Amino acid sequence: MGLLSKKDLKLITDPLADNNPITIQVLGICSALAITAELKASIVMSVAVLFVMGLGNLTISLMRNIIPSKIRIIAQLIVVATLVIIVDLVLKAFAYELSKTLSVFVGLIITNCIIMGRFEAFALANGPLRSFIDGIGNALGYALILIIVGFFRELLGSGSLLGFKVLGDSIEKTGVYAYGYENNGFMLLAPMALITVGIIIWVQRSRNEALIEDN
Amino acid sequence: MARNTESNLYTILFTTGMVVIVGALLAFLASSLKGKITENKRIEKQQNILYAMGVNENDETSVKFVSKDKVASEFSTYITKQLIITGTDVVEDDMAYLIDLKKETAAAKNENYQRRLPLFMGMKDNIQYYIIPVRGKGLWDAIWGYVAVDNQLVVQGVFFDHAGETPGLGSNIKERFFMDDFKGEHFLDGDLFKGISVSKGNSDPKNLDKTDFEVDAIAGSTITGDGLAAMLRKDLKMYLPYLKTLKQ
Repeated sequence: MGLLSKKDLKLITDPLADNNPITIQVLGICSALAITAELKASIVMSVAVLFVMGLGNLTISLMRNIIPSKIRIIAQLIVVATLVIIVDLVLKAFAYELSKTLSVFVGLIITNCIIMGRFEAFALANGPLRSFIDGIGNALGYALILIIVGFFRELLGSGSLLGFKVLGDSIEKTGVYAYGYENNGFMLLAPMALITVGIIIWVQRSRNEALIEDN
Repeated sequence: MARNTESNLYTILFTTGMVVIVGALLAFLASSLKGKITENKRIEKQQNILYAMGVNENDETSVKFVSKDKVASEFSTYITKQLIITGTDVVEDDMAYLIDLKKETAAAKNENYQRRLPLFMGMKDNIQYYIIPVRGKGLWDAIWGYVAVDNQLVVQGVFFDHAGETPGLGSNIKERFFMDDFKGEHFLDGDLFKGISVSKGNSDPKNLDKTDFEVDAIAGSTITGDGLAAMLRKDLKMYLPYLKTLKQ
């Protein structure tokens, strides 16, 4: 990657591992719990957030010197809401089917704290290019966790992946269900998403002890 | 920068400027795209109505509507009549499918208002379908759909949609595994109106019993499912006086 300096590259790789927005910064937890019952929803949400985070961080960074600090949160909220509404309107006019798939996510994106969190922590203090890269990096880190959680919740909760019944048919008792395996309906509920995220945090911290806070 | 971005005057000017720019931008976009969006919604309504009566391009598992460019001709082929029922009055109207159920429900709160009920008659493979639009409340937002019945008032197909149910849970009401369960279900026990409940643990997950007035619920979507059952009870009941005249 000759295009990016080492420092810029870190903006992408850090959120994927030791500075992950969900497991380390604890941002974007709500949506990670709410919409990860299926892998497909996790992927759609990840792509949507990637788009809004990149553009939002870029816009805020360009405006960082003219936003009065007293009202910066409101200004950030307006920027992200405007971006999301524009995307939604354009999709409704030119790609209606896609907009139907995304419609539920629109509200979730605007209120997603990962976006406001990165605006506040990074874009307000850094240049446009670095902010854009930071947005993409954090969105990828967010996507990684969403997809891991979505994978396990759909597999163990519904016995399928992306809608395909990979474990056999639970009603017809084929595949592993023939041996008495049952889907765990509890996996479909939000508490199990929290526990799954917790397990990821545990694994991550046991591999890298520098992440453990002193008490 | 020389400018003092912390002064009160600057803050007020900044907010005013931002509101004007954002407001103008969104207003411009919304009004210039409005025509296209309304047209898309109209096409979607036709696709949904056709879907309920079994005119679709479904494969094994997924929901596929008739394509956008074919929908107008298929709609005029399969939908033979559109009716508006007002009390005991029944008139034909080719634009009945454009009636906004949300507005009708709101207007019907006024006691003097006679609610208009749109009903679509379709003919496919020599079977007469009556397609009833329904609208109700899910967990987060509105849910709606179309229920196609034959002249024995047995459900022949449904289509459901929603504005904001939880992805992966309540949003599954628009998936095949849920909608297909309604095929063949009864909502009348003789002359008695029963509706169709969405129930968990109905010991009929394969949905072989078509006269139990129940379909199998979706795990983790109790409130959406209950809302859907309530919607069917409430809206099908309104059409009952007219539908009963068909059964004779």
